[in-house]
Amino acid sequence: MDNDEAFDKFKQCAVEVLQVEPEKVVLDAKFGDDLDADSLDLVELVMALEESFDITVDESELEGVTTVKQAFELVTSKL
Amino acid sequence: MLALQGAADGTGAVPGRRVAITGVGVVASCGIGAEAFWAGLLGPAPTTTIRRVEGLDATALYGPKEIRRVDPFTQFAAVAAEEAVTDAGGVDALRGDPDRAGVIIGTGVGGLDTLQDQTKVLLERGSRRVSPFLVPMMMGNRAAADVSMRYGLRGPCEATVTACAAGTHSVGNGARLIATGRCDVVLAGSAEAPLSEIGIAGFANMTALSTSGVSKPFDAHRDGFVIGEGGAVLVLEELERAKARGAHIYAEIAGAASTADAHHVTAPAPGGCGAVACLEQALLDACLRPDQVSHVNAHGTSTPLNDAAEAQALSKVFGTPGPAVTSIKGVTGHSLGAAGSLEAVALALTYKHRVIPPTAGLTQLDPEMSIDVVTGEARQWDPAPAMSNSFGFGGHNGSLVFVPSI
Repeated sequence: MDNDEAFDKFKQCAVEVLQVEPEKVVLDAKFGDDLDADSLDLVELVMALEESFDITVDESELEGVTTVKQAFELVTSKL
Repeated sequence: MLALQGAADGTGAVPGRRVAITGVGVVASCGIGAEAFWAGLLGPAPTTTIRRVEGLDATALYGPKEIRRVDPFTQFAAVAAEEAVTDAGGVDALRGDPDRAGVIIGTGVGGLDTLQDQTKVLLERGSRRVSPFLVPMMMGNRAAADVSMRYGLRGPCEATVTACAAGTHSVGNGARLIATGRCDVVLAGSAEAPLSEIGIAGFANMTALSTSGVSKPFDAHRDGFVIGEGGAVLVLEELERAKARGAHIYAEIAGAASTADAHHVTAPAPGGCGAVACLEQALLDACLRPDQVSHVNAHGTSTPLNDAAEAQALSKVFGTPGPAVTSIKGVTGHSLGAAGSLEAVALALTYKHRVIPPTAGLTQLDPEMSIDVVTGEARQWDPAPAMSNSFGFGGHNGSLVFVPSI
């Protein structure tokens, strides 16, 4: 899977879980300010990403993750 | 309503502030919204063996993201509360001092759908896939919490959990907050969404459900209840305040009572003695004699035991034939924790329309009963003191006394 494919898949999960417009899911978007997502939203998003990418993300790895870029890099580091 | 009870005979009691009903909202299987609900109560008995709420969309209240994280029982309460607040003139006219505005919305169980869904997730996909929203979705106080947050009401916000008496107790507890001076306005009601497979199986296996699939309260051939769901909310307001702002007043809540059978977890006490005590307490609270009550909106579940005990209790308190009795459960089925608030709204609408809806499904009154049940056609009624009663598993009894507002 190349980077674009992976990001499309990531975006699909974010749109589904956070119910936001796809064009809002960009690398520099902040979960709190731009995507109206709180900490429990992120937990649900990570569950969807784990399923979709068949990866496991430990709760501790989410510390300090506030932007789409950080989350996406966390996911791709496990592929 | 007595704010503080003195001696058991009511002497020495302090009269409380008067409590007006200034708004109603309802989500029921026979109709969403007070008008549709009332039309449903006057219509023919439904033939479905499960009385589901169809066609409810609470997305306008919650938005597309949140709505997936709100159990149906909370959605029922939220939609009913919105209608009730609008009916009472809108939140800006209603709220007043937010610290003196409360919410009491009860339930029997809470988010049973959510619990069932997430238990499946747990068993099929493991604990790491259980929703982080499970707890706030299923907790029984979620409906009350949502209503307080939506309208910014910061007084007492609680959920009364007393099975099928939860709705009646919630309205009584809300009224008491106004009578005792703690609140000026309270949104009071209840909601229940028990129609998941696990809920239906539980009631079916305890042989509470009708085997014929027909709800026929007080009928000689009644054989259990037909399960339903829904939610209702009433706006309760201190009378002088309601009058000062020119609010429409459906009726006043003049009394309420709560007692326990202390007898058996599912069967009523012999002769309905727990219910008798509750009705008498409520009349005492309202400073009314039994002969002043002209109508009773009954619990009337269509189970053999409940209806027999309830009819006995009514005859003991009021004599025979006593006031005109109806049970709306012939139409709504038994919506458990929601039932009492649905029936409180039905009674408020009975004051408005001056008509008692008939007990649908009843074709032959149980010959053991000597009560005056309204059957067949709706009955014209001149507003007078009336009661609404509920009885819940656990031996919980609840009564409300309404009076016309003059």
